Amino acid sequence: MEYSAIENSYFKIGNKHKGLLGWLTSTDHKRIGLMYMYAIISFFFIGGILGGVMRTELARPGQDFLSAQTYNAVFTVHGVIMIFLVVIPGLAAVFGNLFMPIMIGARDVSFPKLNLFSFYIYMLGAVLAVISLFIGKGAPDTGWTFYAPYSTQSGTNVIAAVLAAFVLGFSSILTGLNFIVTIHRLRAPGMTWFKMPLFPWSLYATAWIQLLATPIVGITLLMLVAERLFKIGFFDPNLGGDPILFQHLFWIYSHPAVYVMILPAMGVITEIIPTFAKRKVYGYKAIALSSVAIAAVGYLVWGHHMYTAGMSGTARWVFSFLTFIVAVPSAIKVFNWISTMYKGSISLEPPFYFAMAFIFNFMIGGLTGLILGSLATNIHVHDTSFVVAHFHYIVFGGMGFAFLAALHYWFPKIYGRMYNHKMANWSCVIIFIGFTTLYFPLFIIGLQGMPRRYFDYLPQFQTGHFISTIGAFILGLGFLLIFINLVRSAKKGKITTSNPWGGLTLEWQIPSPPTVENFEEIPVITEGPYEYK
Amino acid sequence: MFGTGASNFVEGVDKTFFIIIGIGALFLIGLTMLMLIFMIKYNKKRHPIAVQVKERMSLELTWVIIPLIIVLLMFYYGYIAYKPMREVPEGALNIKAIAKMWDFSFEYENGKESNTLVVPFNKPIKLNLFSKDIVHSFYVPAFRIKEDMVPGLKDNFMWFIPTELGKFDIMCAEYCGVRHSYMMSSVEVIPEAEYNSWITQIKKKSMKEEMKGFEILKNNACTGCHSTDGSKLVGPTFKEMFGSDVTVITEDGKEQTVKIDEEYIKNSILTPDKQVVKGFNKGLMRPYNEILKDEDIKEIIEYFKTPDED
Ligand code: HEM
Ligand SMILES: [Cu+2]
Ligand SMILES: [Cu+2]
Repeated sequence: MEYSAIENSYFKIGNKHKGLLGWLTSTDHKRIGLMYMYAIISFFFIGGILGGVMRTELARPGQDFLSAQTYNAVFTVHGVIMIFLVVIPGLAAVFGNLFMPIMIGARDVSFPKLNLFSFYIYMLGAVLAVISLFIGKGAPDTGWTFYAPYSTQSGTNVIAAVLAAFVLGFSSILTGLNFIVTIHRLRAPGMTWFKMPLFPWSLYATAWIQLLATPIVGITLLMLVAERLFKIGFFDPNLGGDPILFQHLFWIYSHPAVYVMILPAMGVITEIIPTFAKRKVYGYKAIALSSVAIAAVGYLVWGHHMYTAGMSGTARWVFSFLTFIVAVPSAIKVFNWISTMYKGSISLEPPFYFAMAFIFNFMIGGLTGLILGSLATNIHVHDTSFVVAHFHYIVFGGMGFAFLAALHYWFPKIYGRMYNHKMANWSCVIIFIGFTTLYFPLFIIGLQGMPRRYFDYLPQFQTGHFISTIGAFILGLGFLLIFINLVRSAKKGKITTSNPWGGLTLEWQIPSPPTVENFEEIPVITEGPYEYK
Repeated sequence: MFGTGASNFVEGVDKTFFIIIGIGALFLIGLTMLMLIFMIKYNKKRHPIAVQVKERMSLELTWVIIPLIIVLLMFYYGYIAYKPMREVPEGALNIKAIAKMWDFSFEYENGKESNTLVVPFNKPIKLNLFSKDIVHSFYVPAFRIKEDMVPGLKDNFMWFIPTELGKFDIMCAEYCGVRHSYMMSSVEVIPEAEYNSWITQIKKKSMKEEMKGFEILKNNACTGCHSTDGSKLVGPTFKEMFGSDVTVITEDGKEQTVKIDEEYIKNSILTPDKQVVKGFNKGLMRPYNEILKDEDIKEIIEYFKTPDED
């Protein structure tokens, strides 16, 4: 009986095409989400290997097995892959596609074909990014930030990498547009805005950022290409341009992009905690609206990346002030999550452990963000390994752990099978230890003055670098364990029920895996999403 | 890490660190403990039935208002410690700091030049920051100061009072290409009397260093990658280069031995990747066809032709 759920699911039944072609031409949001997932996990793997390569080179001072030029190319490509191919699409493209339509009671997104088209644009951008490594005069070496005028002068293959980021931007914009329309138009009857689950809420806020901020980086990157090809002086002072203009334009997009990564992560955690604590989310409205508040105020703080860049004195303190303000809605979410656990009835299952690790890492990421937001302290730690640690705590400790939490939470729904819980718990512990060992020492050497993007370093930083490298290997082990567990279970895991965690949102009320149409009949919503009794 | 107090800013900055890290650590520990306690106390085994707690507006307001006050406090301390960094006192000693790929150089008020920054103890120093090529950043961890050196930006500066004698690292903190991590120098803080005698000793430049060609090499950052003393940097050294034979790799990957003459030098400046000296990488040197004029290249060749004096 249960096995037939898999037979009848989106997994087995596609469109008129069979096999692989049936997937590649599918406009089913679940199949597209899953294709994104496989692509993104592959890129994460490549990016992770590059990270490991850097860490190995940095274990000791001096040159070990990379040249300085190669090292610089490696951190550039690592950054480009992780930011543009992994974390920006990340949760929205994978779990947003897989579950947002179901959670709002829809059969698909508003524009299924456009959705498939976004996927192919994403793949095109990804291919361009990979090509930039191999053609022309060597892999790009500007860092993922492409700061001018170095990026207008470097002899390496900057244009291909920039075009990759440009193309990927379109995929992001179209997905954002699709999600906004879907959430406005396709909610099930009776699902008012404040009866909508909070993961879709976070995607809604995210989608507006994607739609409104991405064009700016698109234009900026085109300006860079124009400057390189036609010597139009936007940024290079030799041509009459302004290098600081580039930084403004870049961060006007790239700071909000940080929220594109973290808002859906917060949304995932907000789904997981009530399910495992069997409690109504504490402060539903506060969480929903703080997502929107973060998205809105998040537009106005980009200058905190540029305190030392030569901005005016007034700009410096205004940006600092706004940065502190935007910290408050994030803090509210943490309080709400923890209050949701209060007097709950908590089952300690793997997704919950990942969610707890997320909250811990996110708190460290956020609190160190305050150090970076404050003017006096920023001056000292800006562009040091303190920043490297901070953003890895947010993007990896935060978004990355949320991804793992989401993966373990929805895995039984996606595949109709369950993984080994013990192994999953162990991998969570190992990854957490590896992560902490890898990044925490970077805070310390950052405070001591270790600049970032350094291929080599002074002897006083050696201990920290060495410990950090050990952490990278522990982390790798943890990922290996997760990989073995999940791949094996996707094929051979125990068949699971439609609602193994006892969740209340709509995706748990339909078979695991879902059928092609999701719902036989569109449900009518009468109460909020987390009304545990 | 903290409290060495090598400049007038250390105290204020470290106090801000202390406040923010202190409050942050309290929150981190408190909230983590709470999480752990809830995980144990409200575990399903111990607490089989969840209680649906009612939301209280007062509680939610509390945790909006208290964090708001705390972050405003943090902002205030950060701002107060930072403000003096942009307010140079009257009578500060002006020194020009110039960055190029990949070194720093300093010019003092009387025209003296040096590669390490030498400053008198306990005197306000104003550094006027310039870059000849791309963005670099002047960072002295021991002084807690950092400011980008931006090409084309006219009145960019930083200032400090060195309050400890000794030698402190200067590092480039803005990524600037292949030798970024070697773009370092140091600040030497010496007693004022010593400084006064140091500043008056102006080393006479050698005849070769006075040549216009050398000036051009320095201004276009050629010497960042090519040494003049025989050491190997990113590119081959200029020392005793003219007239010698080198093995080069051509664009189609063939090896050739060529004699370094005027023609070769000109080509190497205009189209560096056509012939790359064996043992060095291509793609690192930009073509200088829009930057150097023919006269400049002539001057450079004149310089190369001149033999070293000693
Ligand atoms: C697999 C484990 C990882 C390791 C070992 C690792 C390691 C590193 C290292 C050593 C750097 C260079 C820091 C510097 O010199 O400034 C770096 C930079 C960076 N990493 Fe990671 N990282 C990992 C995962 C991630 C993840 C998951 C993300 C994003 C979600 C990420 C995003 C970045 C970015 C954006 C940069 C900056 C690149 C640049 O400076 O241009 N990394 N990482
Ligand atoms: Cu930012
Ligand atoms: Cu640099």
